[in-house]
Amino acid sequence: MNAISASLTDSATMLRRNFRHTTRNPLALFNGVFMPIFLMFLMVYVLGGAFSVGVNYADYATPGLLLTTICYGVGPTAVAVSSDMATGFINRLRVMHVSRAAVLNAHVIATVLRSLVAIAIVIGVAFLMGFRPSASFAQWLGAIGIIVLTALAIAWLTVASGLAAKTPENAGFAAVPLMLLPFLSSAFVPADKMGPGARQFAEYQPFTSIIEALRGLLTGAPSAGSAVTAIAWCVGLSLIGYLWARRSFTKRA
Amino acid sequence: MNGSAIAASGLRKAYKDKIVLDGIDLDVRTGTIFALLGPNGAGKTTTVNVLTTLLAPDAGKVVVAGHDVTTETKAVRAAIGVTGQFASVDDLLTGEENLLMMADLLHLPKAEGRRIAARLLARFDLGEAAGKLASSYSGGMRRKLDLAMTLVGQPKIIFLDEPTTGLDPRSRRIMWEIIRELVAGGMTIFLTTQYLEEADELADRIAVLDQGRLVAEGTADELKRRVPGSHVRLRFAGRPELDVAARVLAESTRDDEELTLRVPGDGGVRSLRALLDRLDAHSIDVEELSVHTPDLDDVFLALTGHGNKEVSAR
Repeated sequence: MNAISASLTDSATMLRRNFRHTTRNPLALFNGVFMPIFLMFLMVYVLGGAFSVGVNYADYATPGLLLTTICYGVGPTAVAVSSDMATGFINRLRVMHVSRAAVLNAHVIATVLRSLVAIAIVIGVAFLMGFRPSASFAQWLGAIGIIVLTALAIAWLTVASGLAAKTPENAGFAAVPLMLLPFLSSAFVPADKMGPGARQFAEYQPFTSIIEALRGLLTGAPSAGSAVTAIAWCVGLSLIGYLWARRSFTKRA
Repeated sequence: MNGSAIAASGLRKAYKDKIVLDGIDLDVRTGTIFALLGPNGAGKTTTVNVLTTLLAPDAGKVVVAGHDVTTETKAVRAAIGVTGQFASVDDLLTGEENLLMMADLLHLPKAEGRRIAARLLARFDLGEAAGKLASSYSGGMRRKLDLAMTLVGQPKIIFLDEPTTGLDPRSRRIMWEIIRELVAGGMTIFLTTQYLEEADELADRIAVLDQGRLVAEGTADELKRRVPGSHVRLRFAGRPELDVAARVLAESTRDDEELTLRVPGDGGVRSLRALLDRLDAHSIDVEELSVHTPDLDDVFLALTGHGNKEVSAR
């Protein structure tokens, strides 16, 4: 068996393991779906009426909530990766000559797929709450593309932070900034309505451009500029996460 | 049965400015059990990590199963199995799934993987628990599953890093039995332990590691001979009995306040019986008798000149 097919076989084996983890620990998926839905309820029914964003608030908030869904769902991944390190599971695999790629890819792919399942559920609930996108089929595909890229970027960053964390408990905290960043973006209110400092931060942080790109696509008014910025952010963050993960993996025996 | 399974010379490893291994030489013969004995922090796990290709040494040469660990990593990995200090089983998989995952990662055909898994489950008495999640296993069962996972690859050399730390006495005995069986089947075992008793029970040769250096190496008997401390303590009802006994047992040291005699010996039953016979022959009544054998603390005291608080507290 050559190196590439061996690595693919190993990735499939590890992915099967991660799927089993998800089905046997359904709380991970439940938390990742419940929190965004609660947040959506809060924003659309409780607070949203007070924000004047110029459009139907459910239409405004849903793109940001999709991003929030990705961020809320990755906590278990950081903890799982860190436990694999702490219990010696990864060392066991290294001694078996299982490729580093197989272990990390499986965590990333499983995380992305879990995010997509959660996103599908959240989109369904958004429709119930009055979300009425006017995107064409092609624009939907574009939106899904950006969602996948974002999920990939965040998955790599999460896996890397899990590898870098000293204990699984610490790894649990790694996802906290990810949960907070959406609030400091244009997810729920437009950046230009924020106070000084917060506004500049919100305007330039990656989530805002990703959300704006999604919002443009879903409302049928895509802007090429924000899409390019969003894709650049996703690719850049994925690369940082990947390199960071690789470095931590090699460094920590 | 001949030749070296593991040969290391001049092994050095430091983390930043902390020297963990300070020139270690090891030679483990094929088909034997070798125990690396030492307290926490002596460098046992670091040694295992270097010998198992997980960690590159700063200096020194290591040959495992005939291959150099730094240049022929893959060949070394194909010949060894490692069971770490913590049972690294997957809690959310069943015992059987854990074993099948190992078989898949070794790229064994499905049918062979299932056959090996079934055989190992039966052998380690895990058949009934095979379909249960590993998270429901007891400490002893987890260690057994952990070792079974290591054995899926049919390694020639097994590294066991503190295989019984934290186990209850019964589980510990079962683990010892399994280890003996593995060696009887032709495997070479390198184990680390903090327990002198464990090294004594299992190992053909023992090396004592202290602060990154090997301070002694030999068979259990050879090491024990270097450790004074094995003795029988006799307590008497009164001064007259003590006086008589002290005259008869001239090699002993007496404690007048405690009314005791300390008689050096090897701690064995034969010497104890000989001692009792001597007391009988002189009709000396003994109030109380206790046998003291050297423990790891004595070994450390004798070999390194300092005790080992952590271990003695056990």
